[in-house]
Amino acid sequence: MSDSKIPTSLSSGVSRRAMLAGSAALTAALFAPKMLLAKDYPTAAVNTTGLAVTDDTVTVGILHSVTGTMAISETGSVQAEKLAIEQINAMGGVLGRKIEFIQEDGASDWPTFAEKAKKLLVNDKVASVMGCWTSASRKAVLPVFEQYNGFLYYPTFYEGLEQSPNVIYTGQEATQQIIAGLDWVAETKGAETFFLLGSDYIWPRTSNKIARKHIENFLGKKVVGEEYYPLGHTQFNSVINKIRLRKPDVIYAIVVGGSNVAFYKQLKAAGIDMTKEKPLLLTISVTEDEIRGIGGENIEGAYACMKYFQSLDNENNLAFVKAFKEMWGSDIVIGDVTQAAYLGPWLWKAAVEKAGSFDVDKVRAASPGIELTSAPEGYVKVHENHHLWSKTRVGLAKADGQYEVVFETPDLVEPDPFPKGYQ
Amino acid sequence: MFDGYSSSELVAIFAMQGFAGLILFSVFVLMALGLAIIFGQMGVINMAHGEFMILGAYVTYLTSIVFADYAPAFFEIYFFIAMALAFVVSGALGLLVEWAMIRHLYRRPLDTLLATWGLSLILQQIFRSVFGAREVGVTIPDWIMGSLPLTDFIEVPINGVFVMVLAISISLAVYFMMFRSAWGMQVRAINQNRVMAGATGINTEWTDRLTFGIGCGVAGVAGSAFTMIGSTGPTAGQLYIVDTFLVVVFGGAGSLVGTIASALSISQAQSVLEFFLSGSMAKVLTLLTVVGILMVRPQGLFALKLRK
Amino acid sequence: MNATSNRLFSPAEFVGLAVLAVIIFLILPTALDNFRLNLFGKYLTYAFVAIGLVLCWGAGGILSLGQGVFFGLGGYCMAMFLKLEASSPENTAIQSTPGIPDFMDWNQLTELPWWWEPFHSLTFTLIAVVAVPVAFAFVIGYAMFTRRVGGVYFAIITQSLAAILTILIIGQQGYTGGVNGITDLRTLNGWDIRTDSAKDTLYFVNGGLLFVCILLAQLIRKSKLGRILIAMRDQENRVRFSGYDVARFKMFVFCAGAGFAAVGGAMFTLQVGFMSPTLVGIVPSIEMVIFCAVGGRLSIMGAVYGALLVNLAKTTLSESFPELWLLGLGALFIGVVMAFPNGLAGLYAEQVQPRLASLWFRMRGTGKPEDAGRPAAPDLEVAE
Repeated sequence: MSDSKIPTSLSSGVSRRAMLAGSAALTAALFAPKMLLAKDYPTAAVNTTGLAVTDDTVTVGILHSVTGTMAISETGSVQAEKLAIEQINAMGGVLGRKIEFIQEDGASDWPTFAEKAKKLLVNDKVASVMGCWTSASRKAVLPVFEQYNGFLYYPTFYEGLEQSPNVIYTGQEATQQIIAGLDWVAETKGAETFFLLGSDYIWPRTSNKIARKHIENFLGKKVVGEEYYPLGHTQFNSVINKIRLRKPDVIYAIVVGGSNVAFYKQLKAAGIDMTKEKPLLLTISVTEDEIRGIGGENIEGAYACMKYFQSLDNENNLAFVKAFKEMWGSDIVIGDVTQAAYLGPWLWKAAVEKAGSFDVDKVRAASPGIELTSAPEGYVKVHENHHLWSKTRVGLAKADGQYEVVFETPDLVEPDPFPKGYQ
Repeated sequence: MFDGYSSSELVAIFAMQGFAGLILFSVFVLMALGLAIIFGQMGVINMAHGEFMILGAYVTYLTSIVFADYAPAFFEIYFFIAMALAFVVSGALGLLVEWAMIRHLYRRPLDTLLATWGLSLILQQIFRSVFGAREVGVTIPDWIMGSLPLTDFIEVPINGVFVMVLAISISLAVYFMMFRSAWGMQVRAINQNRVMAGATGINTEWTDRLTFGIGCGVAGVAGSAFTMIGSTGPTAGQLYIVDTFLVVVFGGAGSLVGTIASALSISQAQSVLEFFLSGSMAKVLTLLTVVGILMVRPQGLFALKLRK
Repeated sequence: MNATSNRLFSPAEFVGLAVLAVIIFLILPTALDNFRLNLFGKYLTYAFVAIGLVLCWGAGGILSLGQGVFFGLGGYCMAMFLKLEASSPENTAIQSTPGIPDFMDWNQLTELPWWWEPFHSLTFTLIAVVAVPVAFAFVIGYAMFTRRVGGVYFAIITQSLAAILTILIIGQQGYTGGVNGITDLRTLNGWDIRTDSAKDTLYFVNGGLLFVCILLAQLIRKSKLGRILIAMRDQENRVRFSGYDVARFKMFVFCAGAGFAAVGGAMFTLQVGFMSPTLVGIVPSIEMVIFCAVGGRLSIMGAVYGALLVNLAKTTLSESFPELWLLGLGALFIGVVMAFPNGLAGLYAEQVQPRLASLWFRMRGTGKPEDAGRPAAPDLEVAE
């Protein structure tokens, strides 16, 4: 069940695999300078804990929702992980071994995630797992990973307040993502008043808590409203009226899922033109992926704050976007989480090769300090606390569904999952 | 919370909030009408109702693509054609489902619940296979997505007006069909006494099938209209289904008047609460009130006086 | 035949019970590894719900699409106890308020809500696991049945309740854990429930409780009450005119079903290690009904097999064809309802049992098989 989904309709004279190999060669040059051979790393030595490692292959797991409500969001992550694995294999694999993967469907159901995680770790003995998307699914699998000492690469930006020895968080935690954006609107746009809005669950609530503390205590500005709507809510006219009443400078929106589409369509229909920036809309939950459903014309003029946009103009990203489109179709878009998911296999490969072993304990020990010098988002490095150092960027949504990067933090932002002063 | 606002601003806000409540009411009516028609006539609850709505939304999506590619000059009005097509496609699928499935189960109404639930799973997976797991973006003509400034402060969203007009027209159409047409008379006759109606020469089978088809068609139109205000994805039908069932149950399943009255009361309660409380809290309070009332009056607001 | 009907189990049923016991206590534990056995443990928790549905729906004619509510309430009661035990001040020292569950701390709660307090006690919890859902079922049942609400209408009201409870749990995340549910449960009175040996033990406890429930359900069915239920299902008014208080019988059987579901929910929490609102809502509630329908809504044994088989199919199908299993599940729903309304048990009773009986009679050489017209395979003939 590996290659079945890869489109085979590429009609150019060059075979798809050759093209992939071409882009992989490029990536190879970017990511890792040397080729490792399996014979230099005997299986008995690199795998002392009975993982699914042979002389030629190593098996990893991919655990996302392919069915159910979350399939909308998680599809991109699956595609990115498969692309990374394919590229790594094209350049010789990990410690000279090809990566094979077993894909399991979490079906948007948290107990299923836990069940499948256990299956991957206990029955399939996978060396690592790329997976999960929602906080709820991560919380469900976390005890399983800790009990059976698995190793998970988790791609989503999330609320923080967690630091597991068995997880590498390749997305940003809340403070990384939030603070830079708020500073930016306060400084360059002169924003004084903020209206916080979110879907009602842990990530938006925690993020808004951090945002509120930062706005009130560090920036000295004012929060004029804070509202939550149930997940899946589709009627936002009341909150739009409240926004009119309070006249905030900034609408800070963390609406997710199907609600997103409803919110932005109704905002536009209510006559709030975001391109006029009165009020300005800043979101941390709308990636290019979500814009496809919302429609670029309905969100034009909004700002998003995250670490990656498809439009980033550097050669690593151009190569990444090209390879992604070759594999999954030219009309595909790539969002922040998709890019973070793409980092997972690469970070794991780097850690394994640094450790010279697939053993989870050794990979864990090797992980802090691992750096990718030329990830699509730029330079990233694994922190002691298993999160990534990364830059934060602000993008301006355009009608074609892409973001134009208008701001980038000069330095890498340190991940701080348990932020002091924001609790 | 109203310190520092001028009285004209407050009037404007209340006017707009009242309008928001009316939009919500229209959305509820559109959602629930198809379900109520089918339940009122046949005692069948169509669990795939949400999927019939999404089918309508996908038809709208396809129509928009066709118009953008082949008749860009008429793009501004494609929406009306899309709604008609949504009615036809969802209705046709409804007829097919009635013929293949529902008609065999009239004696076992509880089993239709399960069978239509199975149908909803299958439809979801078909949507996912055909259109992909991701949401599709339906491009709406610009004139629908604008707003009408009535005063400096009052702006009326056109899509809201559109939904309202649609809800009223469909309600009226249903009313006339049920109470002014020959078909409506047959439907009501069958509802009162199926055997006698059959004996007077009414084709009960065909009337049932048509009713089911029309119910599904109305769901399709609703789904088509909701592309203006919501998302279109394989599982988006699930977003509407809870509210839909609540409206129908609260109204006293089977009564069209009850459905409309219940849509009105739930939407107004929710809209007023949303304004004074947080959205999540408002929803919870509305739901608790609905449950509380259902405990006292489980047959709903306007129960049909039927002897069981 | 009639001579045996006063017994709790007819010989055939007794054999069925024994076969099930052998499967659950002998075959599965020896044939499966720890992981698969644990999965079967999870499936068995759904069997509790399915048994409850056989009583309500099969015998009583009351279809509840809200069994997830009772399953969930039972599970949440158990999870609250386990969460409190896992949230000792030492374990939660990193929080702003140590000693309360982590999700409360994230939601700026600074002390334990009063209604969480009693769940420090295991005794209270064990009582609450059954009492809370049953009390809730009683309230619903009282409101509905005394006003003669039933049929499809009852089904969608219970379904709405399931939806509402889910929204409530998700919305009140400071008190309930929200959409994440109550996770990271560790010990039961100091006994680590996460180890493999604990999971095995829990599996057997689960199996034992299941048999207790089967016994109770059979008692209800074979009692006079059970016969009144069936009479009610088929001719409610005649029973009412005979002087029986129909509403009370319905309430009783509905509460019994809720109680079974709650036990299942509590065992689910123990075996899986967390509880979440996804087990309360519309989807799981309906799936529980399909377990019962596939197994056979009239047969207690059938319901148990139904729960096991559907879940097994779900797991294997989603492992091999993750993108197609919804189609299979949907087709199963429709197929069972349209073609086999009595489910596996019906198939067994119509197809397998007569053949077995015929074989049995031939082997014993006594009496006359009921369907003597059916030719038996010649090589199965036993010489007189």
